Amino acid sequence: MFPSQFGYHKPGSVAEAVKLLQADPDAKIVAGGHSLIPAMKLRLAAPSALVDLSGIESLRGISVNGNVSIGAMTTYAQIRDSAKLKAALPVLADVAYNVGDPQVQSCGTLGGSLAHNDPAADFTAVLVALGASVKAVGPKGERTIPVEDLLVDLLTTSLAEDEVLTEIIIPGGTSAAAYEKFRHPASGYAVVGVAAAVKTGKGGVVDDAKIAITGCTSKATRAHAAEQAFIGKPLSAESIAAASAVAANGLDLNGDHYASADYRGHLVGVQTRRALERLA
Amino acid sequence: MGIPVPMATRIPVRITVNGVEYAAEVEPRLLLVHFLRDNLGLTGTHVGCDTSQCGACTVYLNGQSIKSCTVLAVQANGGEVTTIEGLAVGNDYDPVQQGFWEMHGLQCGYCTPGMIMSSHALLDRNPNPSEEEIRHALEGNLCRCTGYQNIVKAVQRAAELRAGK
Repeated sequence: MFPSQFGYHKPGSVAEAVKLLQADPDAKIVAGGHSLIPAMKLRLAAPSALVDLSGIESLRGISVNGNVSIGAMTTYAQIRDSAKLKAALPVLADVAYNVGDPQVQSCGTLGGSLAHNDPAADFTAVLVALGASVKAVGPKGERTIPVEDLLVDLLTTSLAEDEVLTEIIIPGGTSAAAYEKFRHPASGYAVVGVAAAVKTGKGGVVDDAKIAITGCTSKATRAHAAEQAFIGKPLSAESIAAASAVAANGLDLNGDHYASADYRGHLVGVQTRRALERLA
Repeated sequence: MGIPVPMATRIPVRITVNGVEYAAEVEPRLLLVHFLRDNLGLTGTHVGCDTSQCGACTVYLNGQSIKSCTVLAVQANGGEVTTIEGLAVGNDYDPVQQGFWEMHGLQCGYCTPGMIMSSHALLDRNPNPSEEEIRHALEGNLCRCTGYQNIVKAVQRAAELRAGK
């Protein structure tokens, strides 16, 4: 299989990439290419040209300085192997180790995952739970978008066609975070994934928490009912059970031939409990 | 007069494969695996599923294992590729090849080049992996003969050979 014909550009700067996108509305950005190229091979996507961001060095890298900042073209492998991240926010390296497989990790990028917004992506939910934002650069300059607002619907984001996602910023202050994935046995994608992040205060009381669900909703979605069940209390067997029991409440769950919506709702509860138990 | 076919743009690339630099002009849609197999005749890299699942097409690109059916040749421009043909030194097998030979880590052999490249990448990252780590690292490589038991043993043997045991 091979894609239909297209042009190819490899800009050296974000500004140049934006100009190329403005000049050709049917062009698409390629980051790691591990969602787009398979779609092009199946002729589900047929962009007129690819704008390859891999030549823009400023889009790669990880810095930890209170906040964690990750360049959009940073690969899962770089996140997986980053000693800085393992120390500052180990959930990120842990999730990267379990995305796809090692070859996918070599190519796939954090920015690409967010811009593609696959409904079964892992990092979308993790970054929602961590309260992350992204920076995007377009013809009018740079703007900051909370990841929750970036993810609009199935495979749809609030990025404009001529905007380039450049950086992911994760605010400091998270006390602990975990991600629990129930993998599809063949594809490895999340049937249900639950990301949880908490800020704890005196006596282990949870001051703030975010739980985000992936794999069974059209996009990574907050489980507000579960959050409210234990904010203001310490994480205990009792508060975790209360949160898990209501985790699927209010979610619009998808089902398919592998797992019905009801079964996925059950898994949301199970995976929420497992994620919170890792934080307790 | 049929449907007009747009002129294919060709892009000049320079790709170093197994230590030799090759220059070519390629269509943007040419996949790296076809560049290796069809342009260079390096048919040790296999096409299995062609959908980035099976890993038969695994090669090194700039020191990392990748699936060459899901990377365009133009994306590899300026890069360094190592294929299964590039592992042996003269008549001496690479320790990973030797491990697969000694432990018979293959049945039909179709997945073997990709298995060896992925195992090589694992041992570069983690010279002494546990069985669980080996199985995790080979998640992107499928053996339709399901010969995984001996493949795991082959990687364990390769780790010993690399450590001089």
